[in-house]
Order: sequence, then structure tokens, then C-alpha cells
Amino acid sequence: MALKTTPTDAPATTPAPPKTGGDLRRFFNQHDNIVQLVAITALVFVVMAALSPDKFLRYYNFESISFIFPELGLLSIAIMLAMLTGGIDLSIVGVANLAAVLAGTLFHHLAPGASAGLGLGSALLGIGLALVVGLVAGALNGFLIARLKITPILATLGTSQVFTGLALVLTGGPALVGFPASWTFIGNGKLFGVAFPFILFAVLAAAIGFVLSRTAFGTRLMLIGTNAKAAVFAGLDTDRIVFQSYVLTGLLASIAGLILSGRTNAAKSDYGNSYLLQAVLVAVLGGTNPAGGRGSVLGVSIAVLALMLLSSGFQILRFSNFLIDFIWGGFLLLVIAINVARNRKRLG
Amino acid sequence: MSLLRRPETIVALVLLAAMLGIGFVNPAFWSLDNQFGLLKSNVITGIMALGVLLVMISGGIDVSFPAFAAAAMYLTVHGMVQTGYTGVAIPFVVATLIGLALGAFNAFCIRAFRMIPLIVTLGTASVVRGLLLGLVGTSVININKMPPQLIEFGRTDMIDITHTDGTRFGLTAMILVYGALALGVHLVLRYTMIGRSLYAYGGSPESASRVGFDTRKTLLFAYCTAGALAGFAGLLHASLIWLANPRDFVGFELDVIAAVVLGGASIFGGRGSVVGTLLGVFLLIMIKNSLILMHIDTTWQQVVVGAIIVCSTALTAWRDRKRVG
Amino acid sequence: MTDGLIELRHVGKRFAGIRALDDVSLTVRRGEIHCLAGENGSGKSTIIKVMSGVYQPDEGDILIDDASVKRMTPAESVGRGIQVIYQDLSLFGNLSVAENLAMNRYLKEGRRAVRWGETRQIARAALDRLGVELDLAADVESLPTSARQIVAIARALQAEARLIIMDEPTTALTRNEVERLLDITRTIQRDGIAVLFVSHKMREMLEISERLTVMRNGKVVVQGPIGDFTEASITRHMTGHDLSHETYRRPAVTETVPPRVAVEGLTVPGAVAGVDLTLRPGDIIGLSGLIGSGRTELALALFGMRPDHGGTIRIDGKEARLRTVGDAIRHGIAYVPEDRLSEGLFLTQSVSRNMLASSLDAVTRGFTVDRARAATVSDGMIDAMQIATRSGETPVGFLSGGNQQRVVIARWLLTQARVLILNGPTVGVDVGSKAEIHRIIRDLATERGLAVLMISDDVPELLQHCNAILLMHRGRIVQRFEGGTATEDSMGAALKALR
Repeated sequence: MALKTTPTDAPATTPAPPKTGGDLRRFFNQHDNIVQLVAITALVFVVMAALSPDKFLRYYNFESISFIFPELGLLSIAIMLAMLTGGIDLSIVGVANLAAVLAGTLFHHLAPGASAGLGLGSALLGIGLALVVGLVAGALNGFLIARLKITPILATLGTSQVFTGLALVLTGGPALVGFPASWTFIGNGKLFGVAFPFILFAVLAAAIGFVLSRTAFGTRLMLIGTNAKAAVFAGLDTDRIVFQSYVLTGLLASIAGLILSGRTNAAKSDYGNSYLLQAVLVAVLGGTNPAGGRGSVLGVSIAVLALMLLSSGFQILRFSNFLIDFIWGGFLLLVIAINVARNRKRLG
Repeated sequence: MSLLRRPETIVALVLLAAMLGIGFVNPAFWSLDNQFGLLKSNVITGIMALGVLLVMISGGIDVSFPAFAAAAMYLTVHGMVQTGYTGVAIPFVVATLIGLALGAFNAFCIRAFRMIPLIVTLGTASVVRGLLLGLVGTSVININKMPPQLIEFGRTDMIDITHTDGTRFGLTAMILVYGALALGVHLVLRYTMIGRSLYAYGGSPESASRVGFDTRKTLLFAYCTAGALAGFAGLLHASLIWLANPRDFVGFELDVIAAVVLGGASIFGGRGSVVGTLLGVFLLIMIKNSLILMHIDTTWQQVVVGAIIVCSTALTAWRDRKRVG
Repeated sequence: MTDGLIELRHVGKRFAGIRALDDVSLTVRRGEIHCLAGENGSGKSTIIKVMSGVYQPDEGDILIDDASVKRMTPAESVGRGIQVIYQDLSLFGNLSVAENLAMNRYLKEGRRAVRWGETRQIARAALDRLGVELDLAADVESLPTSARQIVAIARALQAEARLIIMDEPTTALTRNEVERLLDITRTIQRDGIAVLFVSHKMREMLEISERLTVMRNGKVVVQGPIGDFTEASITRHMTGHDLSHETYRRPAVTETVPPRVAVEGLTVPGAVAGVDLTLRPGDIIGLSGLIGSGRTELALALFGMRPDHGGTIRIDGKEARLRTVGDAIRHGIAYVPEDRLSEGLFLTQSVSRNMLASSLDAVTRGFTVDRARAATVSDGMIDAMQIATRSGETPVGFLSGGNQQRVVIARWLLTQARVLILNGPTVGVDVGSKAEIHRIIRDLATERGLAVLMISDDVPELLQHCNAILLMHRGRIVQRFEGGTATEDSMGAALKALR
């Protein structure tokens, strides 16, 4: 009756099958979220193209999407970064607007009444200022969350009010208009025939994707999001890494603000309020786990594209903008429901 | 817990200090019409805060109630205008029921999808607002079209005072409605099993179902009540400002959640009280409304509110860490 | 008519093809104190869940009062007077003692309203029944663990319990508190209520139980009156083997080499009151003592997690300041935490990432993680540690407890650790893996010259695999046993003497 204690029979609890083979299947298993998203996107595309081929499939339609989606895309990636550690950043829209407003205020100081005529140098100065706003705002969030240990939801709820409020104080309410030409290029320009915002988004998304999947920082971020306590026991400097992730979030938000104000040639304290919800939605849709530890730039990018196709399609079909809000919300609930159903099936 | 360490006591002390401070800068703060005005501005935020309190005690969060309030209010007023109905009681019942039904939808999604409430309620808020604006309409029903009975109801005062110069001001009777609802919620939380189940579920969902609570009922109660209170408050708001705007209440969730957190409720669930919430709402509204009295530009309002949230949560976090460490 | 309260007859239960229970027959008699012993994973918790109606058995019968129960549900179980006190106690920390105690009654009676005066009366009566006094108005989370346990027991009694099942009740208790728990158990028994202790620590149970059932690998190995057993025989039944005789001996080292770790006068406020400790290469030093003796805090101080510690720590002869975990890792110190799941592992992440968590810098070239190198390193470790996994990319949560523990140890080998602190290295690990983990630890000490500090409650484990065992009590080391000379009896007696 005595069990043998020879070491050889020990690892027999889980048989180890050969390591080779099934690469494609493994890819689908690991990235099933992305596969599902691509399928949804393709479906949206086909349905829209079938319903209104002449308008939907026009080059102009895709071009206008390529101008509009980058700001939301960047905000979604920003909120995904916060979600990776199980947090959230409700202040991204506030940061975006504050960055743009502060830059706008600077331009008005440099050339009162004629800020639209400012040169490249001033525009660069403004860009620098906007980015600094993003860094400082992100650092404030990071400090509150990583150091003072305030729940992210509440900390960023508070700072979003502060950022939006400061932008309101600076503008006094109405929108700031008249940005230098080189500034509006960020939102409206074309490089090699491609929308500049799109290029900016592609570069930044690739960079963040690279940081997350290929650097030690990205891996550590995922580990902290999976189990913050174990991360401490593994010797990860969790406070510093969480802090840095919020700084990065703030920086991305400020760049989104740059694009938004460049595109509209204006800055206001309450622009793009609905972006917060949409960014959360896109992040979750893109496979980000709001509890932390899972999420990818690729998923979020596809999700934002899918939703953009969807809304542009509905716009072409002359649905009101408000119904599009409804569709976004419905889409979020639907995807959550699908994920629940799939997980049940997998377990059962 | 001793009286001094209760969060309510701390909020009350802060409130008192703030009142003394504002009153010191500008004694007009203490004037009756300012105080009456303050109380009036408490009503809508306060009623919604009561609902959010229930949700937060259960360990959740709700950001959809402003959308529900707008929907309940606009649908009801719209219906009254269309049908020419002139009563007051039934519209309030209808608005409350609309909110309740929407709250039930929240509870269903949270329970069925096991998704964190923040995300679910963001989604339902978007759905409801989109449907309202897209299908029902976007035009504001202004004072010309508003049912006069509703306006009359909103103007009911319980105290009427005439200034020596002939201008009149009063204390709105709606404060009684608010008080009654607060008392009701307090009694439910303190003296009923469903109320206690909220605390139990917020403290430990698993234990709650192990000891035999019907946790589905608990969740349903929390989100339905939050929805119902929001629906009721929505219509009340329209009758107080004499117009029904389907875009109303945007961003309201921030103030209300901030007020509830200020009042000592824990975002992790299991803690919170009506008294604390009343104080938190009053503190927040008072500071927002008193900026003019303090000779500060009103554009600073949001900054001040944000700073209050950050400071109070930082203090709470610091206190909790000290207790653990 | 027997005097059986609940009886399992030939019960079997499978999960995903694995037999959790295999032809288990077990009777708990009315008013008896019965102990169900077995290692983690032996099937004890499955039995609890079958008795409480959480799981339905695949085969066999459940009888209550000699009548077969067709379908055992949680409600049925509670209705028949069976109450389980889980390890986490399932209390509401944010509610008062009184409310925790009265809640069951209210729920059972389907009440809608709460009367606070009555709540206090119910609570007072419940505590009186156990002969204890507690502040009824205090929040449960403000109470020490032992008091919480009393609240849990009192609450179970409120539900007109006839059988109280206690899952590992003594784990977090000090010796005095265990005594109190045993007293309370006797009080309960006088009321004719049966108690089923479920535990893998049989020492306290021997003092109080009347009958004992030992489980191993889902089967009942042996059952009988407590008088038929000795501690050694229970261990043998639980583990399925006698203690092997090959006690660990440290390989000879030259005394001129400075010790790996030399600790002098180490203090941690409120936990450790001056400890001297020397670990040489090849040492496996055991550290035992009751929960709360300061042993975990001592380990955490060495691992840089108690920056408030005092005294001097020398690593390889040089004084080291260990203020952060990073400091400790740089000095070659590794710590395998007590609670593997919550402190050791990133369950949804891959085996490879789990292993490399602490040595990412070593596989980073420039800005990026060198994937090929990371794969080589982790695959090498998987082979070296004989970790049974599909690949390095499998989430670590899919592995068995023993393999998971190897992943955690492997993580530290990759940091070039020279000092390995293990806290409960084989808790929750099946018998086969346990032996393998012991072998790995011994190899690390003899072949790689690591100095090992092994914290454990498992006396046979310590005796067999340590060349010396330290006994800690109230923040001090009170006794040292040299390997080979100590016996289970001498250590058991010493542990028992700690009051």
C-alpha cells in the first residue's frame, strides 16, 4: 500500500504531450478575441457595403474615417494601459482638453489676436507644452494611485474634474480658436497622401504595442495586473511601474488632445465628452480585461476600426448620431454577453 | 465604532468648519434666502445620491442613473404634452417606474454577464441616452409647453417669507419629499433584511450567498431602487426648473458619486449611511454654490470639486492604510 | 437502528476524469467528535462539499438518520442540521458581532424586518451557550482570528446544528487559542452536537477526537477509535510511507568561508525580538514554531519586506542593507511564499513568464526582451525541474500544485539566488510531488551550495530534510535541534510545551 517515493513518477500528474504542432490552433486559442473581432469587423464591413455600396465604399468615406478615428484610438489605448494594472483612467478626456487649451492659451499670448499666423517654432513650443501637460497630469494620477494608494476610479474621477475645471478657467467657457497652421496640420494634414493623424496613430500604436509585448516594462505591467501581490513577492517595483503606466496614459491622452484640436482648429474644456465612454468600450471590446493582466494594442486598434466603420455606415444610412450612441452601448453589452456565453461553453 | 471615529462625524465636522469659513468671508452665507436656496439645490442631487448609496453599499457603482433620469423625465413630460394629461401624481409614478425598469436591466446585465458594474452601466447609459435622443427627440420642452400643473407642483413652498422690499422667497416643499425619501432609505437600510443584505453582499458576496441570502434579489433591489430614485428625481428636476431637456444630467454622475464618497461610503462596498450621504451632498453643493459668495469666479467650481474628491479620498486611503499597518 | 447521524455509503465523485472520491464510506455518529485527516488533495474538502450538498456524488448513497437522502442540496443539508465552518469563516467583517450571530435566525424564519434589541438578545444567548463574552457591537473585522472563529461556531449553533463541520479550524490559531477552541468543542458536544474536524494537522485532534478517519488519494485508508492510533501511525496512513531514514546531512564545508547569511540581533517591531542565525552553503535549516511566533516576519525581514527591521545581516561576510525586495534579490536572497496562489503565481500568465518574472533584465538586450533567449532559459528550467507542462506558453494555472511550486522555485534559481527561504514549501502539494520538491531542495543545497531556510509545520518534513531545526517562540529562537538526533517525539514535546 505504500506509495513509492521515487522521484521519477512524480511529475506524472499532468502528462506532457509533445511540444510541437498545432501552432495555428494555438494562435487562434490565444488570440481568439482578436479573431472574433476581425470577424465582427468584416461582417460590419460587408453589411454596410451591401446596404449602401455607392456611398460606403467611396474613397472619401475611408479617408474621413482615417482622420477621425486616431484621437479615439489613442484614448482607447491610453485607457487600456490603465486597465492593464486593473485600474482605470477617467481623466483622459480632461487631460486631452487641458493640453489643447493650454497650448491655445500660449498661442494667444504669443500673438494676441493673430495666433493663426504663428510659425512652426511657436507650434512646436505649443506641442511641447501640450505633451508636458500630459506627462504632468499622468504623473499626478500615478502619484495618487501608486503612492497614495487611492482607488483609480476615485482618483481619476477627481483629477478629471480638476483638469476639465482648469481648462474651463483658462478659456472662461467658449472655445479657443485660431491655431497656427502647423498645428492644424496635426489634425488635418496629409503626408504622402495619407492622413497625418492616421500616421501618428499607427506609429504610436506600434510603439506602445512594441513596449507592451517586447520590453521588460510591458511584461512587468502584465504581471502586476495579473497578481499585484505576487508581483511584490517577485521583487517587481510595482509602485514605480504603475506610476509609469499612468504617465504614459497621460501622454497618450495629451497627444489625442493635440489631434482633436488640430482637426477642429479649436480647443474647449468639454470637447469630446462622449469619448470617455467610447474609449472604455473600445478597450473592453478589444479584449482588455478591466480587472487587469490582459489586453493588446492590436485588439484595441481593430475594435476602434470596427466601431468607426459601424458609425460611418450608420451615418451614411442617415441614422441620427444619437442612435449611433445607442449602437455603441448595445455593442458593448452584446460583446460582453458573447464572451460570457463562450466562456461558459469552454468550461462546461 | 466610537462616535468620534465614524465617517459621518468627520464629514459633519468638516461641513461645520466649511460653513464657518464661508460665513466668515461673507456673512451673506447665513442669510435665510441663501440657506433656503442651498437646501433646494440639495434635493435632486440628494435623491439620486440615495440610490447611488445603495449601489455602493452593495459593492457596485452606477454611472447610468443620469441617463435614466433624463429618459424617465423626458418620456413622462413628452407623454403628458402629447396626451394633454394634467395630473401630477401619475406622472411621478410613471417616471419612477421607468427608472425602476431600467435599473432592473442594469441588475440583469451585471448578474448575467458577471461584468464589473462600471462597464455595464457605462453601456446601459449609452444605450438609454442614444435611444432617447435618437427615437424620442432632442428638442427641449420649455416653459411654454411644460404642463403647468407640474410647474405649480415644483413651486410649492412650505415657508414663505416676504422681504421688506416686497420680494418674496420661500423654502421649497420638495425638501420634505427629499427628507421623506432619505428617512425611507435609512429605515430600509437599518431595519429590513433586504437592507442588511446589501451590507452583507457588499462585505462579502460569497458569504452572503452561503448564509442564505437571495443575492439576486439584493442586486435587483439596489439597482432598481437607484433607477427608481433617479427617475423620480428626473421628473422633479423638470418641475423645479420648468423645462424638460433630454440632454440634461450629463456629467451628473461625477457630482453624485463624489458626494456619496464624501459621505463615507466605501467604493469597495459594505459601508455607507444615509446620514453620511446627506452630509456629503450638502457639503459638495454648499461649496459649489458658495464660490460666488467667496468672491471666486464660478469657472473654478469644477477644480474645487475635483480637489475635494482627491483630498478626501487621499485622506480615506491614508486612514485605511494606517488601520491596516 | 444505528446511532449514525450522517453516513456516506460507497460514495464516488469524479472531476474531469480525475477521481476525487473513490468508494468512500464514512459515518459520523450523533454527538461524537470525529476527525477526518488527510493531506491536501486527499479528498477531504470534497467530502465536506458532498455532506453540505454543494456537490452531488456520482455514485453511492448519503444517509441521514438512517434514511437515504435522494438529492442532497445545500438547503437540504442545512435543514437537516449540518453546518460547515469554512476556513475563511464566511463572516461579514463589516457587520457587528451581534448581527453576524442573529442573521441566520432571521434568514431561516424568513423575516423581513430587523429588530436590534432582539438581535442583541439572540447574539448574547448564542455566546452564553458557549460560555464566552465578546463585545456585541464590535465589527467582526476588528476581532482577532480566534474570536472570529468563536463567532462562526456560535452562528452555526444558532441554525439548530446537529453536526458542525470545521475545515482546518486550527490553522491560524496560537496554542492557547487552540486550547480554547477545544474547550468550546467539548461544550458543544455536551449538548449532543457532533463535530467533524477536518484537518491535516492531527496533533490537536488527537487530544479531542473520539474517532478518526484517514484519507489518501480520494480513498478512506483507515478508520477507527482514536486509541488505535499514534501520531506516527497517522502520518504513515496519511502519507502512505514511513519516514525514510536518509536524514539530510550537510556536505562538509571549510569553516574559513564566511557563512552565506549571518544574522545578529535581528528585530522586527512586534514580531521578532532579537534573533541570531547563521546559514552556511549547503545548510538546510528548518524553522518551526506556532503561527505568530515571528517566523514569517523573520523571513520577510531577510527578503527586504520589513524595512523597519533592526540588527545586522551579513551576506557572504559583507553587511547588507535589505530595505526592499530588490535589495534582497541583488544579494542573492530568494523567498518562496506561504500562499502560493495569492503570493507566488501569476495564474493566467505563461509558465515562462512566471519563471522569468524576477530576472527579466537578464534576458533583455537593449530595450527588448530577447524572446529566443527567454524561451531557451525557461525551457531549460522546465527540463531541469521536470515540470510537467504542455509548453512554456501554457498558463501556469493549468499546472498541478507540485508543478506550480517548482515554477516558483525555478524563478529563484534564475536570479542566481544563493539563499533560499521556503515558507511551507509542500503545503497543498500531492505526495508524489512533495518527494520531488524535497529532492530538488536537497540537490540545490548539496550541488549548488545554496543555503536554505525552510519554514514548516510539518515535523516529519523538517526532521528528514534539515540538518538543523530551530524552534521559534514569541520572536525568539528558543531551541535548536541537530539533525539526526532529534525525533518526532522530542520535537513534538517541545512544540507542545510552547504556551
